[in-house]
Amino acid sequence: MGKRALITSLFLTVAAVSTAAATEELGDTDAGKVVFKKCQGCHQVGQGAKNKIGPHLNGVFGRKAAGLEGFRYSKSLERAGRSGLEWHADTLSAYVENPRAFASGTRMSFRGLKDAEDRANLIAYLRLFSDNPADIPEADPTAVGTDHSVDPEILAIQGDPEYGAYLSSECTTCHQIEGSDEGIPSIVYWNEEDFVVALHAYKENQRLHPVMQMIAGRLSNEEIAALAAYFKDPE
Amino acid sequence: MTLNRRAFVGAAGMMAASLAAPTVLAQGKPRVVVVGGGAGGATVARYLAKDSKGAIDVTLIEPTRTYYTCFFSNLYLGGFKNLSDIAHSYGTLAAEYGINVVHDWAIGVDRDTKSVSLAGGGKVPYDKLILSPGIDFVDGAVEGWDMSAQNKMPHAYKAGSQTELLKAQIMAMPEGGTFCMVAPPNPFRCPPGPYERISMVAHVLKKTNPTAKIIVADPKAKFSKMALFQEGWANNYEGMVDWIGEDFGGGNVSVNPDAMTVSIDGEETKVDVCNVIPAMKAGRIAEMAGVTDGNWAPVNASDMSTKADPDIYVLGDASQQGDMPKSGFSANSQAKVCANAVRGALTGSRVFPAKFANTCWSLIDTDNGVKVGATYEATPEKIAKVDGFISQTGEGADLRRATYEESLGWYAGITSDMFG
Repeated sequence: MGKRALITSLFLTVAAVSTAAATEELGDTDAGKVVFKKCQGCHQVGQGAKNKIGPHLNGVFGRKAAGLEGFRYSKSLERAGRSGLEWHADTLSAYVENPRAFASGTRMSFRGLKDAEDRANLIAYLRLFSDNPADIPEADPTAVGTDHSVDPEILAIQGDPEYGAYLSSECTTCHQIEGSDEGIPSIVYWNEEDFVVALHAYKENQRLHPVMQMIAGRLSNEEIAALAAYFKDPE
Repeated sequence: MTLNRRAFVGAAGMMAASLAAPTVLAQGKPRVVVVGGGAGGATVARYLAKDSKGAIDVTLIEPTRTYYTCFFSNLYLGGFKNLSDIAHSYGTLAAEYGINVVHDWAIGVDRDTKSVSLAGGGKVPYDKLILSPGIDFVDGAVEGWDMSAQNKMPHAYKAGSQTELLKAQIMAMPEGGTFCMVAPPNPFRCPPGPYERISMVAHVLKKTNPTAKIIVADPKAKFSKMALFQEGWANNYEGMVDWIGEDFGGGNVSVNPDAMTVSIDGEETKVDVCNVIPAMKAGRIAEMAGVTDGNWAPVNASDMSTKADPDIYVLGDASQQGDMPKSGFSANSQAKVCANAVRGALTGSRVFPAKFANTCWSLIDTDNGVKVGATYEATPEKIAKVDGFISQTGEGADLRRATYEESLGWYAGITSDMFG
C-alpha cells in the first residue's frame, strides 16, 4: 500500500469515528498562528522551542499525555498518560476546548477555546511541528479535530439528587465519598457542569479509562445529571 | 471450628442485657436481618441503616469479630500486604450506623415464624432476611481431601488463619521443593483468584527459593485472564509454573494429606505444600433456609430476592444470578441494588432500576496489575452482561503499574463502602 492510500485510510478512520465536524477541511494554519498567541505565554513551538511554564509543543501529535521527559506535569495528566491517553487531533481539541473538564487536575490554567473553528485552526498550526505523514506514514492524520462539546440541552438537564444518591453507590465502590484520591480520583464536590462534561467525555470514549468508559457508557443523560446533582454536595 | 468467639457488639449498651437471646430493640420498626458480614452483607447492612436513617432496624449476624477480605489475601501471600492490612472490624457499623452487630453463627431459618436461630441460643425475628454467607466446599470434591485435612492441605479460600497457614507452609518449603495447587471447577469464588495466587507464590519463591517448582492441577481447559497470566508467568517466572489443564488430566486428581502426595492423571508426586481449592457451593445457611437449588441459591435479578421465598434475599457468591462472576465487587454491587429494593418494600422509599458492575484486578508481579470488568443489567431471566473490557497482553510497564495503583485505590474504596 502506498503512502497516499494509507493516509487516505487514516482519514477515513477518523471520519468514521467522529460524530461531528468530521468532514470539515483542515483548519487554516495562518489563522491558527494567530490563535496560538493565546498560548504563547506558556508554550513554545517551532525550532528551538523549550519547556517554559507549559511544555513545548513540537512533536505533540502521537505523544502520550504527560510524555515529555523533564517536564513536571500534574498528577491528573500523568494518570491520563499512564491510562493510554495520546495527543491526536480529537483529544487535543477536546482538551483545548475545556482543559479542566478533560483532565480535572491539570495545571493548564486556561479557560478553553469554545469556538470549533479556532480549535481547528490552532490544531492545524500545531500540526506543522509534528511528524509529517509524507515522511513517516504512521504519523497522525492532519484532519481537524472533532467537536466534542456537550449539547447545551444536555447541560441544562436538572438532575434528580435522590436518584443520583442511588446511582452513586456504583461509584463509591471505588471512589471514596470522603474524597480520598489515592490511586483513584476524588469525585465529590464537583461543579455540576464539569461533572457532566467529564462523564460525557467517558461516554464518548474521549477520556480513555476502560472502567469509566464502561460505567459512563450506559448512563443516560438524565442519570449523568442526577449524579452531578448528587456529587456536587453529597452530604 | 470454635464457637467461643460468639458475643455481641451493639451500638447501644442494651445489647449486653440480652446476651443469650438478642431481641430487636425498637418494636414496631421493620426488621432486616443480614447473615454474613462480607462484601455483600456488610454493604447491604450499611446502606440500609444509612439510607433509612433509623427507620429500619438492621441486625448483622457475623461469627468473626475481625474480618479478613478474601480479595487482596493473595497479596499477603506474595508479601505485598500484611495480614493486618486486610483485617477489618465491625465497630463503625455498630457505633456510627446503629447496626446491631451480633457475633454468632446463624444455624437455622424458620420461614414460617420468620426468625433466624443462633448457635448461642435465641432467635432473631425478621421482616426481610438477607443471606450473604459466601461459600462452603462440596463434600468429596477432591478425592482424599475433606475439611479435617485443611491444616495439612489448606484451601486458604476463606481468608484469615487458612491464609496464614498457607503462607507459613510456603516459607518453610525445602530448597527446590514443590508447591501444588488443586484448582476448582466452575463456578467458584473469584475466577482469577487461583491464578493470581500462583503468581504471588511464584513471586515469593523466585526470591526465597528460586529452584522450587509450582504445579497446578486444573479441571478446566481455560480460565479468566488466561493469556495475561500465562504471559506473566512466562515473562516473570520462566520455567517455574507447570499448569496442567483438563486436556492433560488436570481434573483427574486425588490427594493423600498424610503422605503429602498428589496423584494427577495417575501419576503420583510428592509435594511440600498442597493448596486444595475444592468445588464450591453456597454458604450452608442458604441451604438450611431452603432457598438453594443444587449448590446455589437462585435469585431474581431485579432485587436479589430468592426464587424460593420473596422475603429472603441472597447476595454475592452464594447466589445464582446469571452472568456476574462471584467476586467481592459483584457482591458489593448486588448489595446496593438489594438495599434500595428492600428499603423501598419496607418504608415506601423510591426504588430505582437495578444496575450492576464488576471489575476484578489481579497482580502478576511487582507493579504488574491487570483487570477485567463488565456492566450488567437485570432481565426477567437473570443478571445479564451488557459490556466489558480486559487488559491486553503486551501492555507497557506504566499502564500495568497504574492498574496496580488503581487496585489499591479500589481496595480502600470498597472496604470503606463495606465497613464505613
